[in-house]
Amino acid sequence: QKVSVEVLEHLEHLALVDFRDLEGVERLQKAIQFADQLQEVSTDGVEPMDSVLEDRCLYLREDDVTEGNCTKELLENAREKVEEYFVAPPGNIPLPKLEERETFLQGS
Amino acid sequence: VLNRRCVEAAVMTGLALNCSINKKSLFDRKHYFYADLPAGYQITQQRVPIAVNGSLSYSLCIDSKMSQMVTKTVRIKQIQLEQDSGKSLHDDTRSQTLVDLNRAGVGLMEVVMEPDMCCGEEAAAAVRELQLILQTLGSSQAVMAEGQLRVDANVSVHHPGEPYGVRTEVKNINSIRFLAKAIDYEIQRQIEELENGGTILNETRAFDSKLGCTVPMRDKEGKQDYRFMPEPNLPPLILYDAKSLPANMNHQQVINIDWIHERLPDLPSVKRKKLVEQYGILPEHSFTLLNEDGLAEFFESVLKQTQMKPKRVIGWILKDLLSYLKQHSLPVKDSPVSSFLLADLLNLLEKKEISSTAAKQVLAELWKGEGKTPLEIVKEQKLELLQDQKELEQICQAVIDGQENEVIMMVLG
Repeated sequence: QKVSVEVLEHLEHLALVDFRDLEGVERLQKAIQFADQLQEVSTDGVEPMDSVLEDRCLYLREDDVTEGNCTKELLENAREKVEEYFVAPPGNIPLPKLEERETFLQGS
Repeated sequence: VLNRRCVEAAVMTGLALNCSINKKSLFDRKHYFYADLPAGYQITQQRVPIAVNGSLSYSLCIDSKMSQMVTKTVRIKQIQLEQDSGKSLHDDTRSQTLVDLNRAGVGLMEVVMEPDMCCGEEAAAAVRELQLILQTLGSSQAVMAEGQLRVDANVSVHHPGEPYGVRTEVKNINSIRFLAKAIDYEIQRQIEELENGGTILNETRAFDSKLGCTVPMRDKEGKQDYRFMPEPNLPPLILYDAKSLPANMNHQQVINIDWIHERLPDLPSVKRKKLVEQYGILPEHSFTLLNEDGLAEFFESVLKQTQMKPKRVIGWILKDLLSYLKQHSLPVKDSPVSSFLLADLLNLLEKKEISSTAAKQVLAELWKGEGKTPLEIVKEQKLELLQDQKELEQICQAVIDGQENEVIMMVLG
């Protein structure tokens, strides 16, 4: 099936990807088809697996302080700083709505 | 990597809140974009948390005189371990956000409650009890003002018998007092909105403590898709009990639920019962004693040093000492009157060397903290009760002699 424009727009909004052009959307559709093959296997009565690490032991770390006090190094990467705080824009800049954007999706 | 102490704290809290501890719990990633979440995801326990289905009992006064209390219960849906994000400070004047990442990645315990409470007062009482429990267990110091305990309130209204209404989430609540205010304001706002024919949006609102109202929060509009997925770096968390303890595992890597259970300290409700049973004080008194940090210990310390009965001592502690402390906004540990001094004073009263009124005067003097003992103050201000019968008679006679006219009037009726 084809992926609807609403779903594509929702995906762009959430994951901040840009499908660019028809080829991008087709690639997405092919990826979904590929993943759909999983449905062919019957999983009745089988416990879902969480990860390949399922049988491993979860390591519990003691409450020891082993590193810290590296403010200068951590702040080195920041383009803008104010008194040891990182500076960020006032909030998430949401992707403008479909109508307001210049995106290929508009045409579909 | 998971910190052992976090798991222990979560298990202790789960046991204290009567939860079933899940012997196997899983970690997931919750994805969303925000400046204070540098990794772009938060590790949490959305599917299978560490503890579920508990309850928290708390008490409310049903009148303002604190003489009648009712016990209520709120169900605990679950307790989950998760990571903290950084802290954002919004600077609207310069149109920027300052981000402090010091607390990012630190372990958090989220306690999710069922919607069993119906007003700000109930929520405040429940959170206060939770705070006392956490402090007793040592899981947290739970000081809201310092962000050690954070509360987000989910509020909705509905007519009796109808299904629950749309809920809003209220954040940015910094104290228990504000919690009650924020909830009551939000309930009122929603009722007014619905009565005016409007609808409630499923949104996140922030509590503005200066204006006493809630306002919609930026950035949290619209439904978020968190794309939950199992955390690939953390295998399932397995907890053991006495029966399932594996024989040949490293001791430090094993958490035994029964071992922790045996070592749980007395919870506040148990401590209160003990105080009431041991000393014969009223339940309301035990509440006040535990509500003030260090007051119960002060009370017991005084009792050890005096012969006065607990029922009399409690009056001095709760009425006189506590009101002085409150007037000067002092915690018990900074009291200029130590338990030793107070016990000394109460002994004088008990032995009838001074009267009750005199004792209050002495206490006022002691409060100044000038280092004098009660006995010294009594002598200075000549507050001793006269025990000598003859002397008393002489004084009374002198008074009567001096007021002959009045006496004649009294005798005549």
